[in-house]
Amino acid sequence: MTLVNEPINRNENKKKYCRFKKNGIKYIDYKDANFLLKFVNEQGKILPRRLTGTSLKFQKKVGQAVKKARHIALLPYVTDSLK
Amino acid sequence: MEIKNYETVFILNPVLSDEQMKDTVEKFIKVLTDNGAEIINEERWGLRKLAYPIMHKTTGFYNLVEFKADSQIITSLETEFRRDEKVMRFLTTVLDKHALEYNAKRRRGEFNKKDKEESRKEEKAA
Repeated sequence: MTLVNEPINRNENKKKYCRFKKNGIKYIDYKDANFLLKFVNEQGKILPRRLTGTSLKFQKKVGQAVKKARHIALLPYVTDSLK
Repeated sequence: MEIKNYETVFILNPVLSDEQMKDTVEKFIKVLTDNGAEIINEERWGLRKLAYPIMHKTTGFYNLVEFKADSQIITSLETEFRRDEKVMRFLTTVLDKHALEYNAKRRRGEFNKKDKEESRKEEKAA
């Protein structure tokens, strides 16, 4: 007999981690559009922390970097097919 | 009066000739040096595609200047940017210590990226 609330896919249970803390990255470059692509969805919206696992400290920096990149036209403000 | 490290990216109109472009870049660098700024690094990324059209243009000449200067220079630099019709966009940011470290690495060469790519290739080959 299975429990109702038992998770079925155990791979999805993997703990998320902050890639900046783990890799010791201290500065997020707004000029590196390819790197910032990891933090936006295909519409160019910034992904939430709950999906990427980024810590609060770095999520703020990611946000700032993406916004700067948008200003200098390295990333789009709105789009439909980024990836 | 406070000396800080700054970096500014500006996009020039793509319809300019090479010479006009060089002149404009030099003009802005002159504005900086005349005001006593110390230029640390200067990069021309060349003609790049914009992520969205600006002033009905889809491409632009990207330029990057890193400099060390007094904070009061920024206002005069930015009014100069606004006055010049050849400048489509500009962005000036203050660099903190992490940014300085990162930029120093970057300046030592894009070799970082290439090295990584090469090592990956070597791994694959091995």
